[in-house]
Amino acid sequence: MSDAAPLPPSRTPTRTPAFEARLKKRYRAEKRFKWLGLGAILVSVAVLLFLLTTMVVNGASGFQRAEVQVPIDFTQAGLSIDPTASDQAEIMRSLEGQGLPQVVEFFAAKSLGEQAASELSGDAWREVGTAIIDDPSLLRRTETLALPAGSDLAAGLDGEGSPQDRALAAQLKNDGKLKRAFDPGFLSRSDATDPQAVGIWGALKGSMLTMFVTLLLAFPIGVLAALYLEEYAPKNRWTDLIEVSINNLAAVPSIIFGLLGLAVFLWIFPNLRSAPLIGGMTLALMTMPVIVIAGRNAIKAVPPSIRDGALAIGASPVQVVFHHVLPLALPGILTGTIIGMARALGETAPLLMIGMRAFVATPPSGFTSPATVLPVQIFLWSDEIDRGFVARTSAAIIVLLLFLLVMNGLAIYLRNKFEKTW
Amino acid sequence: MSASLLLLLTIGLALAGWLAGRARAWSFRSANGAQRLAALPNYHGWYVALWIAVPLLVFLALWSAFAPGLVTQAVLTDPAAANLPAFDFQRNAILAQARAVATGASGMVSHPDAAALVEPYRAAIARFRLIGILATLGIAVAAGAFAFLRLKPQFTARTKVERIVLAILLLASLVAILTTLGILASLVFETVRFFGMISPIDFLFGTHWAPDPMAAAESADGTRYGAIPLFWGTIFIGAIIAMIVAIPLGLMSAIYLTQYAKPSYRKWLKPALEILAGVPTVVYGYFAALTVAPAIRDAAQSLGVANASSESALAAGLVMGVMIIPFVSSMADDSIAAVPQAMRDGSLAMGATKSETIRRVLIPAALPGIVAGVMLAVSRAIGETMIVVMAASTAANLSANPLDSMTTVTVQIVAMLTGEGSFDHPATLSAFALGFVLFLVTLALNFVALRVVKRFREAYE
Repeated sequence: MSDAAPLPPSRTPTRTPAFEARLKKRYRAEKRFKWLGLGAILVSVAVLLFLLTTMVVNGASGFQRAEVQVPIDFTQAGLSIDPTASDQAEIMRSLEGQGLPQVVEFFAAKSLGEQAASELSGDAWREVGTAIIDDPSLLRRTETLALPAGSDLAAGLDGEGSPQDRALAAQLKNDGKLKRAFDPGFLSRSDATDPQAVGIWGALKGSMLTMFVTLLLAFPIGVLAALYLEEYAPKNRWTDLIEVSINNLAAVPSIIFGLLGLAVFLWIFPNLRSAPLIGGMTLALMTMPVIVIAGRNAIKAVPPSIRDGALAIGASPVQVVFHHVLPLALPGILTGTIIGMARALGETAPLLMIGMRAFVATPPSGFTSPATVLPVQIFLWSDEIDRGFVARTSAAIIVLLLFLLVMNGLAIYLRNKFEKTW
Repeated sequence: MSASLLLLLTIGLALAGWLAGRARAWSFRSANGAQRLAALPNYHGWYVALWIAVPLLVFLALWSAFAPGLVTQAVLTDPAAANLPAFDFQRNAILAQARAVATGASGMVSHPDAAALVEPYRAAIARFRLIGILATLGIAVAAGAFAFLRLKPQFTARTKVERIVLAILLLASLVAILTTLGILASLVFETVRFFGMISPIDFLFGTHWAPDPMAAAESADGTRYGAIPLFWGTIFIGAIIAMIVAIPLGLMSAIYLTQYAKPSYRKWLKPALEILAGVPTVVYGYFAALTVAPAIRDAAQSLGVANASSESALAAGLVMGVMIIPFVSSMADDSIAAVPQAMRDGSLAMGATKSETIRRVLIPAALPGIVAGVMLAVSRAIGETMIVVMAASTAANLSANPLDSMTTVTVQIVAMLTGEGSFDHPATLSAFALGFVLFLVTLALNFVALRVVKRFREAYE
């Protein structure tokens, strides 16, 4: 009784060296697996950071342009503002008629030399004209204006382009007459052929008009459809069909919606090619399923007791939905709507199909005038050969990403603020 | 902008109807104060307003679709239109020019025939605008009067209004079916026209893709429309290269986020992944074309690959894979979270390590959901347009070398439809046939994936 009975041969001690080795191996595998997981997510985040850094580094100079300092003595030029002219364009025409371009070129040649003056941007005189319209007293004094350099000179300043351009740019830079400066006009101009003269306002306005049409169509239709499916729809083959088509539409490639817009909307309205109205209608069909799905989830989250309570005090089913369920579900629906709109804002392919890739040099004046949108503008600029467009494209991308960030931030804020547990 | 004018008119008339109906109901109430109305006065107002607004909106939609055609018809009957050329394209160009001047969109005419048509156009537009306004007023008065005359103290306005509201709700949900039908109709119609010119056998099984938009439409050469290289390029870029990137990274990210990460890390890492999903594809495309493609070309050249293309399938596929990561990750996240906790606890209680539990228990249990997620990811990748348009080439190549340039279905759709081609040419119509194939394939993938998910979810309930 005193001695421990010897272990039966089948019950060998567990912690043998072989076991220890196996255990160590298993723990190593465990650690490896964990690091692999962390590695995967870090790689993804690193790619995102790399993408963003590339865009910011490239785009920072896109908000700038090469400017030449040109002193102009307007007292010698003998220009005057046409008092009968009614609008800016007319004053500009009259200034052009009085030889403003030649005046600018003369003073540029005087201060910079013939060669540099010919490298001034072709639109430089327009900026002088705008300055005169803003401040007519300019015509009675000498003023040094910062005028955009031509793309060759701008490339020379960046150390690219032909040796002559580079030498000229270096010389002007040493004289303090040529430098890169922040270009506020980038946000207020439209597309142009010269990267020094482009801006994104036209595309931004086109985007806004298109988004407005999209919202106006997709939001009511989406919300009403969600209400019907969630609150009233009987369970039958028809509602199944509606449900299946909404789920499928949410997963159809966006370019297919472009084909639909091209074949149907442009067939009905052949004159509205590349108009925000058609773009908005096309994107609305794409956004609507997203809003329906988000709306149904939000409506489903409203507890039945609220409906029962309203019904119990005599509200009709329609009153229950519009007075009680919809207001409570609205924050959730709005979150889904903002996310859907953010997706529509970044969408390019369907708009290419309906012809929004045209060169549009003036901001659209309304829903039916030709327009382009920000992502399409980015696509068009990315195709340009001129090196100056690289920075401009990245700058436009920064603006687009900022808009998306604000929209997604708003969606997250809404979700956190109104998140309710009943 | 006569449409917005009519829209404003409609809103104004509906508002007037609302006020009139409500006032009428108030007058009933004050006339016999003892007796209750069958519905609140507001509902009488809504009843009249809806009776005015709904027919007017239908009219407005039809009118804005057909009025421009009617205007053109009216102009064509004008004597000045008699000497227009019969040739369709030129004729349309002249008409468009005259219309642009007449509506004030442009100030100049370059064609002498167009100048003669400006005045008839102006007159026709003014005439049809007047007709539109008169018709709007007529419909509003007729419908409004009908509704107004039905108002009585015993009139159950609320029930009637609610019936209309329900009908509107039903119509809104039918838009989804209409859109699906619209997609099918437009794709099928143009595809049938395409197959009238090119044999479907040539299209689906040919291996040479080189449509010639300049060739005569009547004698299109079927052997130039073999779409196999496009299908291969799409599968190679979207389903092979992109998935080689996206599946391991997405799956491992999901595993780390759900099983290992501390809540405080998870709070930051998950939104960071979601930002990847929110970046517009045109930005990815630009990134691929500007940064990734040249880097891959340089790397290949330094490794001794002689003719590395700057528009390689690899660049487009890699960036597309990055775009898909958050999608795969969130699908895997959902299906891993759906595995019952008891299974996980059971495995851990048996002495398995966490990673063994994940690999031997969680992943096999979540596999149907993960597979469905991958199928949805593939469907998204093959439908993705901008990345491949910007980073892949337009040259069709049947090759297994990722450094070769390849083209995809979506690239060709864009290429065929953004040219100057006419809609009677097989090269243009081929885009619709490609779109149809794309639609069917993505539809099938989504359908199967959703079925798998549905079945899988039921397994544990």
